[in-house]
Amino acid sequence: MSLITKKRAQARLAYMLVLPAVLLIFGIYVLPIITVFGISFTDYSLVSNYFEFIGLGNYRQMLTDEAFGNALRNTLIYAGLFLPSSFFISLFLAIAIQERKQFRSILEVLYFLPVTSTLAAMALVWAALMDSNQGVINLWAGAIGLGPFNWLGSETMVLLSMALISLWSVIGFNMVLFLAGLTAIPANLYEAAAIDGADHPVDKFFRVTWPMLGPTSMFVAVTSSITAFKLFDTVAILTQGGPNRSSEVFLYLTFLEGFEYFNMGYSAALSLVFLGIIFLFALVQALFVDRNVQY
Amino acid sequence: MSSINLTLRSFAPRSVWSLIGTLFLFLGAWVMVFPFIWMVSSSLKPTDEVYDADFSIIPRTFKGFENYYEVLFNQPYLTYLMNSFLVCGGILIVQLITAVPAAYALAKLKFRGSSILFGTVIAALTIPINVTSIPIYVGLAKTGLLDTYLAMMLPFFISVFAIFLFRQFFRSFPDSVIDAARVDGFSEMEIILRLILPSAVPAIAAFSVFSFVAHWNDLYWPLIVVTSQDKMTATLSMMQYQSDFDTDYGRTFASATVVTAPMVIAFLFARRLFIRGITMTGVKG
Repeated sequence: MSLITKKRAQARLAYMLVLPAVLLIFGIYVLPIITVFGISFTDYSLVSNYFEFIGLGNYRQMLTDEAFGNALRNTLIYAGLFLPSSFFISLFLAIAIQERKQFRSILEVLYFLPVTSTLAAMALVWAALMDSNQGVINLWAGAIGLGPFNWLGSETMVLLSMALISLWSVIGFNMVLFLAGLTAIPANLYEAAAIDGADHPVDKFFRVTWPMLGPTSMFVAVTSSITAFKLFDTVAILTQGGPNRSSEVFLYLTFLEGFEYFNMGYSAALSLVFLGIIFLFALVQALFVDRNVQY
Repeated sequence: MSSINLTLRSFAPRSVWSLIGTLFLFLGAWVMVFPFIWMVSSSLKPTDEVYDADFSIIPRTFKGFENYYEVLFNQPYLTYLMNSFLVCGGILIVQLITAVPAAYALAKLKFRGSSILFGTVIAALTIPINVTSIPIYVGLAKTGLLDTYLAMMLPFFISVFAIFLFRQFFRSFPDSVIDAARVDGFSEMEIILRLILPSAVPAIAAFSVFSFVAHWNDLYWPLIVVTSQDKMTATLSMMQYQSDFDTDYGRTFASATVVTAPMVIAFLFARRLFIRGITMTGVKG
């Protein structure tokens, strides 16, 4: 067989191998993304087949829509509570666990357990634990003279409660990522730092651990931000956005507009804003991580 | 020598602090595990004991047998679990069948359009189901496919993440071995099935765990396309308790336990694989 026919045969085989994937990517990603752009310029609603192009109407509606502002604000408050705590607690845990080799695997399992578990089911358990009258948390808080707190029923506390549940479900995940990053730091860097006089744990952290952990930290920050923006399950199960829309977050509003009120046009525009924000995070990561890899 | 001295120096004076730190770590671990303990404990109790002011982990009256019997045999939880297994299994099989060959072609074969395809894969990595759900839903509605197993699985039949992951994995497979196999008269199909696939078992196993867990725990998509009770997944079935529990609390938490148990038990049996599989999404966005 000549080289050229061999090459052709290889290309033909390659097309056969990628064909199913190409068709599915087209049907599941490319076409829907084009369609969602199209729908976002219409007032399409699933209830009627008649619809009109309204240009940027849906996007203009966001600027004045109180629900949109409310959802954005709720998401930001929630993220502001969730992100710093999920980052620093996991980092702290990872460092503490790494220093205790003999307990590392048992602790890793215990902290990781919530990550694999079904959040929809565990949310019900949290609702029971957080019950304002008879929940165990208020029971124990009462024993030391605190509370009672209305965890899920009060407008001021519900986002904090959501953040706590998310924190519980994600700490193990971030911790394992940090542990992987820590393990990759060569031990001789710590020895060198110690020779330079940095043998206090705090010095070691700022001179070696933190700079070497840069890419991992960035990755954790970006994935956690995306997770925070995707908050859905606990809201859908526990509060449906309540009380009085105080836990109506961005993705939940998008879901309501599309699949409860069937305002497909507006919901499509909202989900594109959602995509834009995720793209932004991905971009930040791509730019920042590339600059920060410094082994 | 000096490194031994250093470790000794850093250990001895801090041993008390180290012990306190260890205690706090286990206290934290107790907080992480407590919801599971509370759930299982409550699933074994009669209703009036679940919210007893005098909380105890061991039930005073054991109603575990009745609660689980109710959930498994008088309520459709076995159907829900079956549906979850079917949907997750179906998704995984199609994902592997479509992703492995495509990833091999992208990693090892030269063809026109391969960089466009790979670019599309990378772009698609950032697009979550929440963005494409409207057109896919409308499409399913127009074709009368809503509330079917196919509708529950369809958006996940291709995993761009799997293509990306397997491509990285296949690229590290030595070309010389593939060329040698070609010289020995292996067809490309044989090369994939007998050389590449066996070498990719660890990556495939990790991805399988990731995919299965993700779709088992997914609430969003089943909530959108499933309406009839006999199609409900285990996770979706938890929606019937939204804001309002079953008046029988013991039974409510027996069902929550049944829904959570498969993934938790599987995790405890294959801890390394689970941790690797789930955090592997970490490779790149």
